[in-house]
Amino acid sequence: MAKLPKPEELGKIDYTPPSTGWMDTPVEFKPGYFCNAAKEKNLAGLHMPNARTWSVKDEDWKLPDNWKEIIMEGLRERLEKYRSLRIFMDICVRCGACADKCHFFIGTGDPKNMPVLRAELLRSVYRKEYTTAGKILGKFAGAREMTIDVLKEWWYYFFQCTECRRCSVFCPYGIDQAEITIVGRELLNLLGLNIDWIMGPANACYHKGNHLGIEPHTFKSSIEFFLDDIKTITGIDIEPSFNRKGAEILFVTPSGDVFADPGTYTAMGYLMLFHELGLDYTWSTYASEGGNFGFFTNNELAKKLNAKIYAEAKRLGVKWILGGECGHMWRVLSQYMDTWNGPADFLEVPKSPITGTVFENARSMKMVHITEFTADLMKHNKLKLDPSRNDDVRLTWHDSCNTARGMGLLEEPRYIAKQVCNNFFEMPENTIREKTFCCGSGSGLNASENMDMRLKGGLPRANAVKYVHEKHGVNTVGNVCAIDRATLTTAIDYWSPGVRVSGLHELVANALVMKGEKTRRTNLRFEPLPGVEQVDDDQPEEE
Amino acid sequence: MKLDQILEKNKAVILQGWVEIILKAYPDETSRFIKSRKDRFDNPVGHAISTGVEGIFNCLVEGGNERIASFIDDIIRIRAVQDFRPGQAVGFMFQLKSVIRDVVADDLARQDAGLVRELLEFESRIDEQAKLAFDIYMKCRERLYELKTDEFKRNTFRLLQQANLICEVEGQDASAN
Ligand code: SF4
Ligand code: SF4
Repeated sequence: MAKLPKPEELGKIDYTPPSTGWMDTPVEFKPGYFCNAAKEKNLAGLHMPNARTWSVKDEDWKLPDNWKEIIMEGLRERLEKYRSLRIFMDICVRCGACADKCHFFIGTGDPKNMPVLRAELLRSVYRKEYTTAGKILGKFAGAREMTIDVLKEWWYYFFQCTECRRCSVFCPYGIDQAEITIVGRELLNLLGLNIDWIMGPANACYHKGNHLGIEPHTFKSSIEFFLDDIKTITGIDIEPSFNRKGAEILFVTPSGDVFADPGTYTAMGYLMLFHELGLDYTWSTYASEGGNFGFFTNNELAKKLNAKIYAEAKRLGVKWILGGECGHMWRVLSQYMDTWNGPADFLEVPKSPITGTVFENARSMKMVHITEFTADLMKHNKLKLDPSRNDDVRLTWHDSCNTARGMGLLEEPRYIAKQVCNNFFEMPENTIREKTFCCGSGSGLNASENMDMRLKGGLPRANAVKYVHEKHGVNTVGNVCAIDRATLTTAIDYWSPGVRVSGLHELVANALVMKGEKTRRTNLRFEPLPGVEQVDDDQPEEE
Repeated sequence: MKLDQILEKNKAVILQGWVEIILKAYPDETSRFIKSRKDRFDNPVGHAISTGVEGIFNCLVEGGNERIASFIDDIIRIRAVQDFRPGQAVGFMFQLKSVIRDVVADDLARQDAGLVRELLEFESRIDEQAKLAFDIYMKCRERLYELKTDEFKRNTFRLLQQANLICEVEGQDASAN
């Protein structure tokens, strides 16, 4: 009689993964890991190639016959155009320093989510085409042919990278996997292979000005809605202006701040701060989106969507631009905007009208991050603050990947946070600042159908949050990113319930003592301030 | 020897064996990483597994049931999103049995009736907690679907509010968050 397997052996059989080499392990599309395919109308709306209806789960992705030529030609072009790409293809010594630094590897345990392997997906094809060893030795030299399976594998894993750049911090050569992913996605887009969660917002932004496709009058009335709430809470009337020519400053923020909770409280914070300062600024219903989902598609689309910011600044004749709390918006602005759509020589070097500080760092780009602006106000004692209004907040700080690693914005937000909040606790050193962990939903991967994947990717971040929650009673994670506000809320709800997410200017506005305000009884979320008896939520107190 | 003495004496071996079995579910590179990296923030999965199994084991031996749920939760919450099927996700609880059986095999061979009874009792305790693990698993999966709807609501609430599609707007606004 054949030997019977032990029960525990039976139990483990089908989840022990194959032990074949990575090149021979074909990609398996697991539900919850990937996003839906870009819809035909969104591809067509942006004049992307190969607009058609297709589904990720179908065998046939409806590619043009010469798809391989297109990919190889696209790769050749990019190798010529971006010297960094060729270097990244050539110099990796496979030391493994980056291997365990990716939140998706840590959360999924899938080796192909090790940054070094993610890069190999593209590098192996490069080797076959461009290196002698690869041409002759093939697999033995880590080289392989471009096939439809390889293409699908690219798609699966390049849309499992949030372009967060954490891995690059640990690479002795500074190899930036985010840039490899960016190029990988560009190549895929040559065949119309995007996800709809990126293509939809990008298309809406192109035609209507913002990711949700909100028309100007709705954009305006959304902001006016906040004014009612602000009036109820502070008793103060605010009258912001829209598309006003001759204003000194144009203010641009991600549309998430205007439409998605809890970003909306941050938007109320901007309105209150600017009113208190008497700032000569305007909103724009044309440049109504700071975010840029083109950046997750290709260079051309990113540039196109970004162009409206300078164009609007020029049309309105403002002196400089102030930008709200966002992550990838700032990566695009600080690293690309000037090169793509500059020089903005029709603008002046930004200078705070309140403190006189000249923002030398923005001399060329002409756009200032709101935390630079507000930190400067606080440094000069220009704001009257009552941090005790935030005494129920036990705050920790999440550095958003793009602002931290993409533009080095580390101190200003912390400085502000500590001015407006008496209880501040850092997360462990290897999870903050340059080494910060991604929310797991960046670079357009904040869809709903890949929620399992997002939660896995959010684990390392949320795990550190849970630690300070248990150790210090932290109940709020502050950040300056619209995608964090939307998605970290979800990830933390899962991994560390009882902690919520807040934008920085929400906390600023709660602490801000405004001229002529009535005694405040609630914060911007209509919750009673510390020390105030329960407020009747159904009927917020009217003046 | 009594069972609890055997378990106490062999604790390190049992825990190591249990962890090994749990890690078999991951590819080699990954289980090497999970095992070797000690920092709990660099390696949250490894930390949850190692502290979790020890906590569960201690609670089972000492009979302290209050904290066991949180240790099980730490492990299951991860497995609930790591594409294990439900049975596989909670299966690690049952795998403790085989690890322990291996350890007590020699003593059992001496046909110690008292020990057999103790072992069966201990295994029933594991079964009880495995049911709890299954409940936690189900709650995690339900939570995942709730989170999708919550996120959708947060993203659309303001627009619906403006379109007057939501009544009693102000009260809901405050309580929805
Ligand atoms: S850029 Fe971020 S998501 Fe992409 S491989 Fe590196 S660590 Fe992972
Ligand atoms: S750390 Fe840099 S050199 Fe080392 S494997 Fe990763 S990408 Fe290659």
